[in-house]
Amino acid sequence: MQKINWLEELKKSTLSALWFIFLTFPIMVMKVSTMGETPETFYRWGNLVYVGIGTFFLSFVWRYMHARKEFAAKKKSTEVGIIRSTLGKPKVKKPSLTALIVFLVAFPFIFSMYQTNIMISVLIYIILGLGLNIVIGYGGLLHLGYAAFYAVGAYTYALFFHFAQDWFYSLGLQTGLMFWIAIPAAVLLSLVFGALICLPVIRLRGDYLAIVTLAFGEITRMVLQNWGDVTQGPSGISQIPRPWFFGMRVDPIFASKYIYLIALAMVIISIILIKNLENSKIGRAWEAMREDEIACQSMGVSLARSKLYSFALGAMWAGFAGVLLAAKTTFINPASFTLWESVMILCIVVLGGMGSIPGVLVGASLMMLLPEYFRAFSEYRMLIFGLVLVLMMIFKPEGIVPRVRNKYTFEEEDL
Amino acid sequence: MNPILNVKDMSMVFGGLRAVDQVNIRIDKGEIVALIGPNGAGKTTFFNCITGVYQPTEGDVFIQAPEAAESTRINGMEPHVINEKGLARTFQNIRLFSNMTVLENIMIGRHQHLKTGVIGSMFKGKKVKEEEEKCIHDSYNILKKLNLEQFSNNLAKNLPYGAQRRLEIARAMATEPFLLLLDEPAAGMNPLETRELVKTINIIRDTENITILLIEHDMSLVMSVAERIYVVDYGKLIAEGSPLEIKKNPDVIKAYLGE
Repeated sequence: MQKINWLEELKKSTLSALWFIFLTFPIMVMKVSTMGETPETFYRWGNLVYVGIGTFFLSFVWRYMHARKEFAAKKKSTEVGIIRSTLGKPKVKKPSLTALIVFLVAFPFIFSMYQTNIMISVLIYIILGLGLNIVIGYGGLLHLGYAAFYAVGAYTYALFFHFAQDWFYSLGLQTGLMFWIAIPAAVLLSLVFGALICLPVIRLRGDYLAIVTLAFGEITRMVLQNWGDVTQGPSGISQIPRPWFFGMRVDPIFASKYIYLIALAMVIISIILIKNLENSKIGRAWEAMREDEIACQSMGVSLARSKLYSFALGAMWAGFAGVLLAAKTTFINPASFTLWESVMILCIVVLGGMGSIPGVLVGASLMMLLPEYFRAFSEYRMLIFGLVLVLMMIFKPEGIVPRVRNKYTFEEEDL
Repeated sequence: MNPILNVKDMSMVFGGLRAVDQVNIRIDKGEIVALIGPNGAGKTTFFNCITGVYQPTEGDVFIQAPEAAESTRINGMEPHVINEKGLARTFQNIRLFSNMTVLENIMIGRHQHLKTGVIGSMFKGKKVKEEEEKCIHDSYNILKKLNLEQFSNNLAKNLPYGAQRRLEIARAMATEPFLLLLDEPAAGMNPLETRELVKTINIIRDTENITILLIEHDMSLVMSVAERIYVVDYGKLIAEGSPLEIKKNPDVIKAYLGE
């Protein structure tokens, strides 16, 4: 790194400290009390010192981060890069992957039900993130109504249970079986919904697409909320059965372990399938579409078809996650599928790294686990969250674990 | 023999502006034809009409592949369909897939020659893997033809300018066209790179049997490479002929230099 001119740095920090003291003076130092007969103004000079010192040091950190970012752009290996290349070695890769999977499978049997339930949410959000990653990360289509497909999945299971349970009892079948019927049904239905929403937006892109998908998400929620005869309105549907274990009714503790394992299996299958898609004709067409729509069309890629695939396949994963959510919580209502939910999933994809599968894994884990284990700061959750997003966009816009492109090696041969 | 591209009385009207006005162009197999004209004459609009980016307001565009028995009318078809029929193009302002590697750019060009569907791509059976291998191999060979193989794993945006231009041509060639439309392939190139380009264009025509129509401002390139030249001004075709004839044509001189 280049030499640091300490005097210059000190000057800069002092200036920013003074500027912040000036800016925050009215709110941090002056306080008007209206309790007495006439309003009185207090001066809290102590705050002035805190603001000054705080800004002084933070501005150092700020500039250090900036310098580091520029430095990282020049050199090839970053921390993430080093971790990745170490993990990428075949000697390390296999054992560490096996260890990870063994640990994850053993997780619900080691830790409490509370921990298992948290992990189930993490896994559900990983599935959602992987699905949205297809639309946003690969296809570059800003989709703000993703929770709608999540709702489609959850409500498929819930409504199926609600309307078919009597029929099931009369046939002498167990309601625990419904879960397994609901999964393909939900996947298919969300696939259809994904394709349907795609029809009006096929010609749209960028902001317009975002607005239409946002509206679609809200419309879906509104329909669920107001179509009381079918969806039970805002009060939702309760007592949704958990999946049974080979014809046995299971207690909630065992059920959570069971759902956890189903979710884990699904995550692993999803990763494999999406990884395959990424390195296929379809995945490449998505990325070309993201890079340049006109060039992509002129190279023989059908835009309409590419968008359709991306929306429909993205929705499919959300449908699956919805069934898992319904089975896990045994109760759903429209409040679980607000815009905020779509934004959360979007943040997982953006924070983790667009188009990067490991990014989604890391993003979902951080976004779900950190708030859970830092309950003490729950009041400041939104504040910290916003701050992290802003800082992230400034210092690492490509995400925590950015996408790495495939490298191919060729042996020279006579042509 | 029928021409492989036959444009009859084609016009493109934007509001009150006739960007392309009653243009007739015929191109035979194996030719290198240039389309020239002052800035804003409607050359790129002409390209966009042929390749399906715009739908021409009037007139017809026919193409006929060398092996085909009949010509097809392609007005109003989608760009990817026209590309499938054997027309490929490059762009005036480079439009590469900049965050993808050079090899992947070519692989997009191979897109319509791959048979795999969605389900196949997801589950990746043996056949799909073989097809993928073949696609990588074919793409690499195309890169080799244009001397781009040393860049294959670089991101397209990190390539030197001249190489980016060549990559655009390579990507278009990967779609296996019979007619290649080059929109200002030498824009921004230095004389050395332009000379290389002339060689490349001739090689493409001679060894790949691809007919070429190019738009260009660099007269030295046009005069050395083109066999026939069309000149447009204000959307109208004002002259047609060999480079020598065009050089002497008073209308062309007027259009370029004014009266």
